[in-house]
Amino acid sequence: MTNSIREIPLSAGFFVIGSNTTENHPVMGSMIKNAVINNGKKLIVVDPREIELSRYADYYFQIKPGTNIAILNGFMHILIKEGLYDKAFVETRTEGFQELAKTLEKYTPEYVAEICGLNNPEDIPKAARLMAELKPMALYYSMGITQFVSGVNNVKSTANLQMLLGNMGVPGGGVNPLRGQNNVQGACDMGALPVSYPAYQPVANEENKAKFEKAWGVNGLSAKPGLTIVEMFNAAIGGQLKAVYGMGENPVMSDPNQHHIIEALEALEFLVVQDIFLTETAQYADVVLPSCAFLEKQGTVSNTERRVQPMHQVLPPHGEARDDWWIIAEIAKRMGAKWDYAKPEDIFEELRTVTPSYAGITYGRIEKELIQWPCPTTDHPGTQYLHKDRFSRGLGLFTAIDYTPPAEGTDAEYPMILTTGRILEHFHTGTMTRNSRILDELVPEGFVQINPNDASNYNIADNEVISISSRRGSIRIKAKITNKPKPNVLFMPFHFYEAAANVLTIDALDPACKIPEYKVCSCRIEKIAQ
Amino acid sequence: MEEITLLIDGREVKGKLGQTIIEVARENGINIPSLCYHPSVSKTGACRICLVRVNNRMLRPACVEPAINGMTVVTEDEDIVSMRKWILELLLSDGDHNCLYCDADGDCELQSLVKRYGVQESKKEEPKRERTVDNESSRGIKRNEYRCILCQRCVKTCREIQVSNVWGFSERGFETRLIADDDQKIGESNCVMCGQCVQVCPTGALTYQTVLGRGANWELTKESSICIYCGVGCKVDFYKNREGMLVKALGNYEGPNNGHLCVKGRFGFDFVQSPKRLSKPLIKRNGAFEEATWDEALDLVAAKFAGIKEKYGPDSIAALSSAKCTNEENYLMQKFMRAVIGTNNVDHCARL
Ligand code: SF4
Ligand code: SF4
Ligand code: SF4
Repeated sequence: MTNSIREIPLSAGFFVIGSNTTENHPVMGSMIKNAVINNGKKLIVVDPREIELSRYADYYFQIKPGTNIAILNGFMHILIKEGLYDKAFVETRTEGFQELAKTLEKYTPEYVAEICGLNNPEDIPKAARLMAELKPMALYYSMGITQFVSGVNNVKSTANLQMLLGNMGVPGGGVNPLRGQNNVQGACDMGALPVSYPAYQPVANEENKAKFEKAWGVNGLSAKPGLTIVEMFNAAIGGQLKAVYGMGENPVMSDPNQHHIIEALEALEFLVVQDIFLTETAQYADVVLPSCAFLEKQGTVSNTERRVQPMHQVLPPHGEARDDWWIIAEIAKRMGAKWDYAKPEDIFEELRTVTPSYAGITYGRIEKELIQWPCPTTDHPGTQYLHKDRFSRGLGLFTAIDYTPPAEGTDAEYPMILTTGRILEHFHTGTMTRNSRILDELVPEGFVQINPNDASNYNIADNEVISISSRRGSIRIKAKITNKPKPNVLFMPFHFYEAAANVLTIDALDPACKIPEYKVCSCRIEKIAQ
Repeated sequence: MEEITLLIDGREVKGKLGQTIIEVARENGINIPSLCYHPSVSKTGACRICLVRVNNRMLRPACVEPAINGMTVVTEDEDIVSMRKWILELLLSDGDHNCLYCDADGDCELQSLVKRYGVQESKKEEPKRERTVDNESSRGIKRNEYRCILCQRCVKTCREIQVSNVWGFSERGFETRLIADDDQKIGESNCVMCGQCVQVCPTGALTYQTVLGRGANWELTKESSICIYCGVGCKVDFYKNREGMLVKALGNYEGPNNGHLCVKGRFGFDFVQSPKRLSKPLIKRNGAFEEATWDEALDLVAAKFAGIKEKYGPDSIAALSSAKCTNEENYLMQKFMRAVIGTNNVDHCARL
């Protein structure tokens, strides 16, 4: 997030797009509800499904999955046409406005409504006018923006809108991605990415290479960007990748196109899985290493607002489970590395020296202070919101972006759109929540949401077990009839191994950031013959 | 904000204009008792247990009375004590407060006030009203209306913090009752089980299903950590009993969550103590996993990685790091892949 959770009361309104906040980030969802319902703040929601927040929205747009760019362009079209954008901000703090304006010309409400499948085109100008009045408005998004082949462009479009409205670099504004996992932010910050060292320092850069060689006392660090997860599995099937070391990940459940992942794991010469349970992925491993669960650990995590927080050890390790850092270090030492870490703080002290945005953060400080990176020095208070007075590149760059359709269109054979996501009671691949008694009892099995129209067309009853197929596979699952998805759209949570959504999903990737298109693939449904 | 000075129980203390007496007092470590007042929600000013003497004259409820520069406050004198006793006796006589059978025993604000003011068993027998006990309908929450003192903390919490508006008061004749939705069982209402109302309930009227049979409150120890689920990063106080079993999770007020949790953070912790956890390294031999020692397993992994690196080059090895692991662990994993294996093949499921 560019801004902070505690700024929610400072916003005059909120634009939530592609985030079912009350289920996936419930505590923030509640804060937004409190602002809207109890304090009269405004709310605009864009989502393919009716979600709780859409009920409280001043304007709600139920778009076809994968058409975010069109509607964002539609709002901006009005802002420019009616001269409602923040001219001072655009003039002094941005560049690229002319190209943007040109691209936006054709995104009239009618054109947008056509692409997005909306029946309320007249609300687009109204919502845009409301946005222009909200000083400041905060924009929140989540996987409903990123999990598309157009993910990077979706993100840039949200930034275009907020710059046009002058909502960047002010408290209560900003572009605020809600991170789906407790330390996605930190894992990225720490360089668990194929293209960058800690603090997003590119690996394909001689200076960075030299810097890390010196810091780590090694020679010959590779300057060649590595493989992303989905590319790893392709390389395994292609025979270039021979071994995978998996820590706390469950790609069999979490990655798109499950059959393909299993084929890849089976093709590997050697697979090590380090986890707390014998997960679906661990079944394919040659060696399984039991690691400590979060309550058995000490260390730091960074939340969605860049706040670095301490985790304390609540419980002793289960059985012979060990800390993940200890296991990595033991393997490294056996391979000749001269590593000497006695405790997590030793590692943190080292990472501070190579991660400029964390340089001023210490274990001692975060016990007492609320610190958000960037925090370059130990007397720096941290950064509540980014882009104050200037963007990291200087001027904010507008990127003119045209709508592009999802990778897979519907056709006669696969006429419906499947979109996937999470539900309140469960999390990700279910490894943790499905092993938590209360949560598993609350929602013990998977389901697919289907619109009453479609249900009657296919003669499907509520709770009937049906078959769903895509070009990649087919599963059986209970149908729940509800108005939440629009006709011809199905929604399915991916937490349940018995009915794994990712048997169906497509592994088409965004060309720039390689995120798979979970949020839309084509499928068909069938009654199961008795 | 303008600073003000008050004299509370003869002590000069500082506060800010706009604060109430109870807020200034608590910030300065002076404990004025309260039942309906809770710092996380709007003020009710109903229970009158926080009455204090202002400027040596009138009694005022400290939770709603604005603190004013130069004010003199007495938090306890003979009149106040007898007033508080009387209120407590009334509350006790109206409900059924047998602490022996209550999950809140040892963690009850009513109980501690009764002890603090030495309230004796009430002589007069009030006719007890018919109320409900619901230990079943919700998987997370138990409700015993006989212990409800109608303080409204739960009502305000569900309205202002969770914003699901489940609790409300119904008035049938002269009886005010706390009801969920339009008088549903809590498990059949719109409750999303965030458990926040339980966290703020001052008595045993609302309790967690998880605590039963897990030891007495004064045996529990707590330690804070960060919720393992979504990226909000709620700060949580985890409680465990003498046997080391996790008992409950309460939202910590210093985290980004201001004390609030959702159903996952609140109830999704017992997987850590699941018997299905892996407890020993496993090595697959002839298609089946066999238990191994750490040395065996680590030696094997190191030898295999070294062999594969030697034979096919460093780029033939890849690692999946984890968004559920700490910064330190992610740092070490990428350092291992880059500095020891020699490849940039490291990623995690940020995109998934
Ligand atoms: S249930 Fe608890 S919090 Fe709610 S009114 Fe009764 S005593 Fe107060
Ligand atoms: S548990 Fe949460 S949602 Fe349910 S009644 Fe209590 S505060 Fe409301
Ligand atoms: S308690 Fe809920 S909202 Fe808070 S971090 Fe955990 S999952 Fe997210």
